[in-house]
Amino acid sequence: MQTLVRPSDTHASGSDPGLDPYHATSAAGRIEGPDKVSGRARYSADVRLPGMLWAKILRSPHAHARIHDIDTGAAAALPGVHAVLCYRNAPDIPWYDHGRLFDRTVRFAGDEVAAVAADSEATAEEALRAIRVTYEPLPCVLDMASALAPGAPAIHGTSNRAGDPAIEQRGNPRRGLREAELIIDRVYTTQVALHNALEPHGCVALWQDERLTLYASTQGVNTLRCEVADKLSIPERQVRVVTEHMGGGFGAKQVAWKHDVIAALLARESARPVHLMLDRHAENLATGNRNATRQHLRIGAKRDGTLTTITARIEIQIGAYRAGGETSSVDGIYHSLYACRNVRTEQAVVYTNTGPAVAFRAPGYVEGNFALESALDELARALNIDPIELRLRNYAETDQRRRKPYTSPDSLRRTYARVSEAFGWRRYVRSVDSGPKRRGIGFAAHDWVGGGGSPPGKVRLTLVPPGRFRLESAAQDIGTGTRTALAQVCAQALGVDIATLDIALGDSNLQLASPTSAGSATLATLAPAIHGAADQVRKRVLQAAAELLLEPAQALELRTGRVVANSGRELSLRSLCEHLGRRTITAIGKRAANRRSQSIRTCGAQCVEVEVDIETGEVRVVRVVASHDCGRIVNRHLVASQVMGGVMQGIGFALTEARVVDPRSGVVLNANLEDYKLPTVADTPVIIHAALDLADTEANVAGVKGIGEPPIIPTAAAIANAIFDAVGVRLYNTPFSVCGMLEKLSGPPHARMCDNDEPR
Amino acid sequence: MDSGLLRVQLSVNGQRHALALEPRRVLLDVLRDDLGLTGAKKVCDMGNCGACTVLVDGRPMYSCLMLALDWREAAITTIEGLGEPGQLDPVQQAFITADAYQCGFCTPGQIMSVKGLLDTTPEPTDAQIMRALSGNLCRCGAYGNIMRAARIAAGRDPGTDETGSDTA
Repeated sequence: MQTLVRPSDTHASGSDPGLDPYHATSAAGRIEGPDKVSGRARYSADVRLPGMLWAKILRSPHAHARIHDIDTGAAAALPGVHAVLCYRNAPDIPWYDHGRLFDRTVRFAGDEVAAVAADSEATAEEALRAIRVTYEPLPCVLDMASALAPGAPAIHGTSNRAGDPAIEQRGNPRRGLREAELIIDRVYTTQVALHNALEPHGCVALWQDERLTLYASTQGVNTLRCEVADKLSIPERQVRVVTEHMGGGFGAKQVAWKHDVIAALLARESARPVHLMLDRHAENLATGNRNATRQHLRIGAKRDGTLTTITARIEIQIGAYRAGGETSSVDGIYHSLYACRNVRTEQAVVYTNTGPAVAFRAPGYVEGNFALESALDELARALNIDPIELRLRNYAETDQRRRKPYTSPDSLRRTYARVSEAFGWRRYVRSVDSGPKRRGIGFAAHDWVGGGGSPPGKVRLTLVPPGRFRLESAAQDIGTGTRTALAQVCAQALGVDIATLDIALGDSNLQLASPTSAGSATLATLAPAIHGAADQVRKRVLQAAAELLLEPAQALELRTGRVVANSGRELSLRSLCEHLGRRTITAIGKRAANRRSQSIRTCGAQCVEVEVDIETGEVRVVRVVASHDCGRIVNRHLVASQVMGGVMQGIGFALTEARVVDPRSGVVLNANLEDYKLPTVADTPVIIHAALDLADTEANVAGVKGIGEPPIIPTAAAIANAIFDAVGVRLYNTPFSVCGMLEKLSGPPHARMCDNDEPR
Repeated sequence: MDSGLLRVQLSVNGQRHALALEPRRVLLDVLRDDLGLTGAKKVCDMGNCGACTVLVDGRPMYSCLMLALDWREAAITTIEGLGEPGQLDPVQQAFITADAYQCGFCTPGQIMSVKGLLDTTPEPTDAQIMRALSGNLCRCGAYGNIMRAARIAAGRDPGTDETGSDTA
């Protein structure tokens, strides 16, 4: 992947790239690289313990049913079966809104019904088949329209609305509408997309006396410890969660799911360690998804492009339960991305008898951005203003929601300029249309509420004989390269070579408050804490060295492996450690609060070129240029990888990914990796990261912000806008399937422009 | 011994292993659970994703679709069998150089597919690399860097830092 960096894009002052404090370590490969390429990296699924059993979960085949009876006798009697759990014998643990761990009512096809642990996977599967469940099917609602229809069966309580809609308003949207000289009034829909991290959800559970250890694939070892302890009604200190490596999560592994507690209960019941990793089918049913949305959006503008109002009525399909975790804010981007006095959003959450939604990389923003940025493009065309120029005319200089200045008010504008220049937006010459393949280009901007980090976050830094440093954080590396980036920050803050640093991550027993891998927050939360710890440790190392060297501490400097005095005298850290004997130098760095007077955001823009085959309806993304403000870049390869990965997931969301539910039974029809279409290597366009390395020192001392989520946000809208540019078809419903494209392409020109049918 | 078990010998990473297996056991499970070789991953368990790819007589194959006892005569190589002690195989090294992974769960399978390609086609075209990798999913979306890793391993890319000045 190509990363473009110009001297003028490094540092807010735009001066000297030689000042990049991470220049030397940035090119280094990931610390865990050798483990990951050799098969040595141990994931939860790879944990093998003596006497370990294999567990499986029986799931409801019905979208909505009452369990009349369960007979587990035959299953329990099978040789090799050590434990069987269902509502009859499991502890009665509250779960979700008003449900239980093993509920008598199942509310989606895939809901947990029973679980077994046996001495082999095959025996566990056999035991599941031997369980007899009598269901009394109940009427179900599978999409938002039927869930909200009068007389629809209620999944919880009396209505399928999960609480009152969230309403947020500023100014006077009615007046804004009256003042408008042009109005774009459209309905957009987005589909349910599935995370499908390649490592499934799951854990290995081990009890030793009254203490539980979970080797779990989780985005939050501390969160999981807390939630599991709570569910089991045991003190938190009796639970340890370990996540050495994890095979992706993308948001879906940030809460305790039922299987985590089921594994613990099976292990307790059988008095053996239990390995419970979900299979791909279950992974696609019951471990969260990106909520579908319906968004009725109206934007009004003056002839010069000035926005007079933005209003949106949003419905979010949450599925059968509220799984918790990061909230899906579809409404967020409407309030922040553009300067507009009159904004109103109304966001309602709707239950359906389908698997529960959970945060998926930039939850809500991906969906909201598709609608808003499609509408802006339509507005630009209607007003005959260049899409980037239209956005500049409505540039938000401040955080209008919180009425505060941004820490980096200019950075979004810089991403526009950067991406437009690197892409050749203004110079673009359309290839002459020959044959069925048509090319076009599209632009979309975004911002993101996350990326700024916040307390709590603690790290521990220790000088360890014979003169190495050890950095500890409970935070887990979800796969973004947390281990490497934290080590780089620490080495730089101490002023030592990264090779003299060891780092330990992903263990709740380190007893350090740490962020969940969510909100693009890990680096921005922990880097300032690392700076704090490094300052303390350096100070104490220099003090200790001062006593031995008989030099004032101010005259000393910490370097790799040694302390050097102005006078030229030196003390190796090895000698220092020997002199310290059993005394250790260790410090805890704590993340301070963000300034209340300013607002931190991340933002960016992407330009996309597509090729549409008007005979087959196939859309190919040819080229993507992405520019994102993530503050100071600690490791350009890691950032570029996040950009590449976000763009690829954005392409999947835009073109091929959708959970397909049978409209009568509620059964998921494509719960596997053959029929759920993830992007493959052949779908990969040229992706160029037009890097901006803008240290945001107003945000935090390290100047860093997050990049995990932002790159997925604008991709779908940019693709939609490029498709319009190529063939004049405006798309309001993701994903842009080949079928849908063909239908639109074969319609009359008028239909191409204005068709805004509600999806069925 | 249980009557349902068959005695088989499997040759994995140059070592012969005597095993007693149920006939229904697939190679992936035997590698992971009986031999402790957990580098090959179980992701889809039905031949959709390529995370379980191993080399069988030099050919990349999905070990989740193979009955272990069918492969008694074959030389099986897993990710653990690449490189020499203390020294990575050039394909493994190229994945580090190109940052051709994120979470790393698909990585052993990707590497085995590239290894299988380069052993038979030392100078592959991009189209050949893409074809060789078309059966390996990467949810993190590292494909661009995986392609580059394959080019580096094939000697078609110097593997130096691509970051450069944009003179546009």
